[in-house]
Amino acid sequence: MTAPTHHHAPAPHAYVSPIPVRRAHLGDALASEWTKIRSVRSTMWTLGVMILLMLGIGLGVAAIASASEAPMGDESALGFGFFGMLPASICVITLGVLTIASEYGTGMIRTTLTACPSRARVLTAKAIVFFLLVFTVTTVFAALVAVAQVAIVDTASEPTGAEWLRATVGAGAYLAMLGLLSLALGTLIRHSAGAITVMIGLLLLPLVAALFMFSAALRSVQEALFTYAIPSQMIALYSERPPFGDNGPAGWEPLLIMAGVTAAALAGAYALLNSRDV
Amino acid sequence: MIELEGLTKHYGTKTAVDHLSFQVRPGVVTGFLGPNGAGKSTTMRMMLDLDNPTSGTVRIDGKHYRDLAEPLKYIGALLDAKAMHGGRSAYNNLLCLAQSNRIPESRVGEVLDLVGLTPVARKKSKGFSLGMGQRLGIASALLGDPEILMFDEPVNGLDPEGIHWIRNLMKALAGEGRTIFVSSHLMSEMALTADHLIVIGQGKLLADTSMADFIQQNSRSYVRLRSPEQERLRDVLHANGFVVVESGNGTLEVDGATTEKLGELAGANQLVLHELSSQRASLEEAFMQMTAGAVEYHAHGTDVHGAASAPGPKWGSISEGD
Repeated sequence: MTAPTHHHAPAPHAYVSPIPVRRAHLGDALASEWTKIRSVRSTMWTLGVMILLMLGIGLGVAAIASASEAPMGDESALGFGFFGMLPASICVITLGVLTIASEYGTGMIRTTLTACPSRARVLTAKAIVFFLLVFTVTTVFAALVAVAQVAIVDTASEPTGAEWLRATVGAGAYLAMLGLLSLALGTLIRHSAGAITVMIGLLLLPLVAALFMFSAALRSVQEALFTYAIPSQMIALYSERPPFGDNGPAGWEPLLIMAGVTAAALAGAYALLNSRDV
Repeated sequence: MIELEGLTKHYGTKTAVDHLSFQVRPGVVTGFLGPNGAGKSTTMRMMLDLDNPTSGTVRIDGKHYRDLAEPLKYIGALLDAKAMHGGRSAYNNLLCLAQSNRIPESRVGEVLDLVGLTPVARKKSKGFSLGMGQRLGIASALLGDPEILMFDEPVNGLDPEGIHWIRNLMKALAGEGRTIFVSSHLMSEMALTADHLIVIGQGKLLADTSMADFIQQNSRSYVRLRSPEQERLRDVLHANGFVVVESGNGTLEVDGATTEKLGELAGANQLVLHELSSQRASLEEAFMQMTAGAVEYHAHGTDVHGAASAPGPKWGSISEGD
């Protein structure tokens, strides 16, 4: 009665939809991800808090420095941007992780991947939308804060063009890249709280651990942690010199290191997302 | 048309789906029936390319799911009513899906209207009741106006009005020539909606048959008799060639006889009857008999059929696995 027949012809009365079929591509996935990221409150919250922290801390630090009237030598006021950037990075990490892990938490990921079976396209669209959003917002507010800091602290030296670029576009790109790393980690771990915890640990623990390495036997480890911890890299971004010791990345180099780490994590995320059951 | 060939899924040493082969044809409602844990959801996830099969293939109109460029226009699926982001409005949940498949935005309003969610379109879906969540899931399945629709346990947790609505919707969709594939663990629900039936147990195909055939072959009809002179009644029935089964409580069951015939026989032998009734075993019983040997999680002590009543399937094509 029901021996399998191997013909692919649909029955003559199969349903045909009046909706035209138009090839979907990455652009459609980008539109979809933009709708997703703008339509959840967590985006407004994380970015809103981030803006408040950048403005509040950035202007506060500048005001204190200005009031102290201490000489700053050849340092520019742009370096004060770091103090807003560090807490801002926690907001960016949270948003980056939530961009994908919340889909796993809610089960939305199954709906998403049913609608778009090309998993690489989904992850690419998420990464692009997230990166551009965070890069734009952080660059704009880093620039606002930088202009205000330079105006408020008049004891500092005048920043160079390269320093301006790193304190604005560089800071925005660094934070967006850190967020992208969080997105990759969220894809790998598939659990919001877990991925956020790991990322915050990665952000802060190396520096905290290094602070307590009193033993001379651990000196080399301590130096490496001080040099390559994410907060140190952020400080180095504002300067031509590494903040600790004489060796280590400075200028644009921290951004390149972060880009490399993020690329590796994203490669892992693509591979695992493609092969794993949802 | 959906075709499964030798579809198998192992989780470690456990086999969730075991060499499933069947077809889902257009224009009818195909019921996918099996007890909890039989592998229905796993099979459906593999059909949608969410889970990778250990072996075997699924083809949708001859193509692998991953090769469908705009899958929502071929297949609409309701896997899990809660597979939406609760913090997003119903409208935006559907809009992001529509955009990913180049479906015009106007379609979002249409499907919301179709499932009756227009008044709450801008409300966050996390405040939705189970029934509203189910309707939102169905709206997302209908978004691309697809030719094939898959519903995983669509009536779970719905009130009678919601169940009625889904039944009629499925029939209407099949009537338009669409392929409807709906899973359930309730035979009674299937009997009302499905035209064709695929039964699985422990990942294996137990039956692939039309609903009509299933009903005909599985709804045993018999006559129940009760008499103060039970011994004599049984002798009379035996003497006239009827097979009598004692079912306890002083009742006798006779297969393949009419109440008229047995009533006349009793009258002719001057037997007093306290009951003479025509009975029909429910499809639910037939389904439980069929899957008794394949139920994953038994509630011990309440299994009325006992371990002995695990008959092999005797209808339709049977997948033995290779």
